[in-house]
Amino acid sequence: MTDCIVSIDVPANRYDLLCLEGLARGLQVFKNKLDAPRYRRVSPVSGDRQRLIITKETAAVRPHAVAAVLRNITFTQERYDSFIELQEKLHQNICRKRSLVAIGTHDLDTISGPFTFTAKRPGDISFRPLNQTKEYTATQLMSLYKTDSHLKHYLPIIEDKPVYPIIYDSNGVVLSMPPIINGDHSKISLQTKNVFIECTATDLTKAKIVLDMMVTMFSEYSDFLSFFSESAESIAQLLTRMCLLSQTTGDELEVEIPPTRPDVIHACDIMEDAAVAYGFNNITRTIPRTYTVANQLPLNKLTELLRQDLAAAGFTEALNFALCSQEDIADKLGKRISETGAVHISNPKTADFQVARTTLLPGLLKTIAANRKMPLPLKLFEISDVVLKDQNKDVGARNSRRFSAVYYNKTPGFEVIHGLLDRTMQLLEVKAVRGGGYHIQAADDSTFFPGRCAEIFVCGKSVGRLGVLHPDVISHFELTMPCSALEMDIEPFL
Amino acid sequence: MADTGVAEALLRQIEKVDGGADSLELANSLGVDHQVVVGAVKSLQALGDVISAELRSSKHWELTEEGTEIAEQGSHEARVFGSIPPEGLPQAELMVESIQDQVRETLLLVQRGRSTQLEEKEKNELKKRKLLSEVTVKSYWITKDSSFSTTVSKQETELTPEMIATGSWKEKKFKPYNFEAMGVAPDCGHLHPLMKVRTQFRQIFLEMGFTEMPTNNFIESSFWNFDSLFQPQQHPARDQHDTFFLSEPELAHQFPWDYLERVKRVHSQGGYGSQGYKYDWKLEEAQKNILRTHTTAVSARMLYKLAQQETFSPVKYFSIDRVFRNETLDATHLAEFHQIEGVVADYGMTLGDLMGVLHQFFTKLGITKLRFKPAYNPYTEPSMEVFSYHEGLKRWVEVGNSGVFRPEMLLPMGLPEDVSVIAWGLSLERPTMIKYGINNIRELVGHKVNLQMVYDSPLCRLDS
Repeated sequence: MTDCIVSIDVPANRYDLLCLEGLARGLQVFKNKLDAPRYRRVSPVSGDRQRLIITKETAAVRPHAVAAVLRNITFTQERYDSFIELQEKLHQNICRKRSLVAIGTHDLDTISGPFTFTAKRPGDISFRPLNQTKEYTATQLMSLYKTDSHLKHYLPIIEDKPVYPIIYDSNGVVLSMPPIINGDHSKISLQTKNVFIECTATDLTKAKIVLDMMVTMFSEYSDFLSFFSESAESIAQLLTRMCLLSQTTGDELEVEIPPTRPDVIHACDIMEDAAVAYGFNNITRTIPRTYTVANQLPLNKLTELLRQDLAAAGFTEALNFALCSQEDIADKLGKRISETGAVHISNPKTADFQVARTTLLPGLLKTIAANRKMPLPLKLFEISDVVLKDQNKDVGARNSRRFSAVYYNKTPGFEVIHGLLDRTMQLLEVKAVRGGGYHIQAADDSTFFPGRCAEIFVCGKSVGRLGVLHPDVISHFELTMPCSALEMDIEPFL
Repeated sequence: MADTGVAEALLRQIEKVDGGADSLELANSLGVDHQVVVGAVKSLQALGDVISAELRSSKHWELTEEGTEIAEQGSHEARVFGSIPPEGLPQAELMVESIQDQVRETLLLVQRGRSTQLEEKEKNELKKRKLLSEVTVKSYWITKDSSFSTTVSKQETELTPEMIATGSWKEKKFKPYNFEAMGVAPDCGHLHPLMKVRTQFRQIFLEMGFTEMPTNNFIESSFWNFDSLFQPQQHPARDQHDTFFLSEPELAHQFPWDYLERVKRVHSQGGYGSQGYKYDWKLEEAQKNILRTHTTAVSARMLYKLAQQETFSPVKYFSIDRVFRNETLDATHLAEFHQIEGVVADYGMTLGDLMGVLHQFFTKLGITKLRFKPAYNPYTEPSMEVFSYHEGLKRWVEVGNSGVFRPEMLLPMGLPEDVSVIAWGLSLERPTMIKYGINNIRELVGHKVNLQMVYDSPLCRLDS
């Protein structure tokens, strides 16, 4: 019999399935081997409940905290490892790398309550941190952990704050300095029987969820939890197998959401669990009766029609990136970036993602450069969107559908590009007349060779330009042959 | 054809001999230059199976210019000897009485074509002195072939207008075509394979009655891209390293304010039967402009617009357009790709309906075996990953993602409570790469495209 490895995809919203305990419990309940647990808060057998006092100083750095006690726990090495691992997973996941919530777990029998969560100046904090032999001030700890591969990532969370969070017991013993490190005094061992769990946070809702997870997952190792089971019918049964205890009351279904399921916030979440329990592939598929008549978006319809005829005219379609460098749309074309009206990206990883393109030309020229060895002439076109700033739009920018073509050969071929323009106008039913149709006239443009550039006018409005590219532009794009190009708006033709 | 005379003379010679004849010998006996014979052989070959000519090469020795001079006038040594007067010169004692001009005799032998009488050593010696050179001569061994005849009939290559007019084609013989060769490639333009696939998907949606959404807006506000979809503000997807944020224009300023308030409330406090996320929802976060991470942002805009109608009407929408992710790039991932999305909004839509629509959609792609697996999206509940069985790989592969939009997304828009909205999506690049057998996405999208691949790519037929 060979071992079978099962890969389980835990979705991002199921914190209760992050540890073996939670996963096993869920499966057993689903397979009716275990009753769905009901978690209860239980008071201590003797004495008062523990208290965690939060002082106002924490507001400046880490305002919230919640705490709980797990009593009469029995740890084995496996359970201990699982306990630590769950804290780490929660830290990385919902706690957003300890920035939102930080978990501290302590051996309750080594400390005494009531506990105080406060914040003090770094120089005023001094304790022996976990696994160290001597005491350090908080300031010293910041330097000490700068080289620690695990802890150095968390230092920035409190480093520059005037005060650092710190939790004491009634004797002044430091439990922890969240979110960095616990004190060595209260550390948990295999012999620990009672666990004090504190969660400090900048987000109270998440702190509560995290605490619920820690407590519920490991409550099975405590001798003080009782489980209830109830039977119900059909959906109620399915839900209960999903740890959502349910019963029918007349026409309605009453469902109890355990603390392990903070993702259940609406009835639709309950419904999904019922469907999962039923088995998605067991659901009968049906066809909706929705009768609709389809409509094409006019701009896309026009684009589709034009593409076909441009290929028929002997040009090949390219598909280029919408994001590029500033140089691509400005310097290399003999223009200044401030003239382009381009949209700028704030967090580009490389220069290739600095701006969104304002012209299709650089993409086409780069395509030629990458395909230099292909036989000449190279005739490419693209009909696609560029992005321009626009104050009239709610987001401050809009797309503009452009048509662009280039001809690259031993001779510039202006007449070829011009011919393509004429053909395009013919397809768009625009006559070659001034006023009511289109005409071209000489223009000055630094992207083009002087005297070899023309502006395209349709019904008196400029829609684009064509011409022989300036030798500087040709060189900037690492090309060697003459090249003519055309770019125009096609939205006016809708 | 030049010189049919030579060709026919050649044919007559071949007829006379048994076996075959050597072209060099034929040139000699016909009294023409060897090259003329070679020309005749070639033209005879072009007629078909008249003769067969086997190329042979032979080497023979020839005199160089200097060698020829010596053959005529004697070797240098002999000439020196010959020029010594009988009285002698002081060095004459060292010389012999008479000489035999060995060199000249050897050269004369070669000149008369009897180089075989000489030993290799002698020939190589003279070759070193640059008096002899070894020349390779190519000749043909010509024999009769199946259509041998002594007359040469000229073959035509093509039909001409004159032939048609005069009817002279009836008397002519035409050279046979070589059907093994390729034809002339037409000089045409080509459409980009990804766009060809897009056209097909667009066609499929239109056939199913889906209306195209206006997606010509790459820049979107976080509000429409995330918040309206009930994606919380602290969600990792809204991080710097997954999303492209803009520095200019940094923020969006226009919103449907009433709706925005309802979105704020459902996130932070709950409502519409939901507990909400219970966090502090910030306007500044929602205002941040980004490059949209999905076209679902447009679906949200369209559903909001639908909800503003006096009376609700069921709709089916689709879009296929570009989205942007600021993630790590590799052989199959780029920062920009195309998302395909379908949406159906109607009263009482069920999970069974979603599966039914997906079956219809994927059937048009030739995929009939589908399975569904529970998944998680912040804005759909339930969510399903869609798998199809790949016959080649012999396993189930993911072909799309789908779900039912959450009430927290739809109800603040103002859609009626009993209306549910199902949606599904997939990428355009993946089926294209599978269809056209492309492994590296950069060869398909962007300027590093393999243009030859674009020229050669076949029609896009998705269902076969």
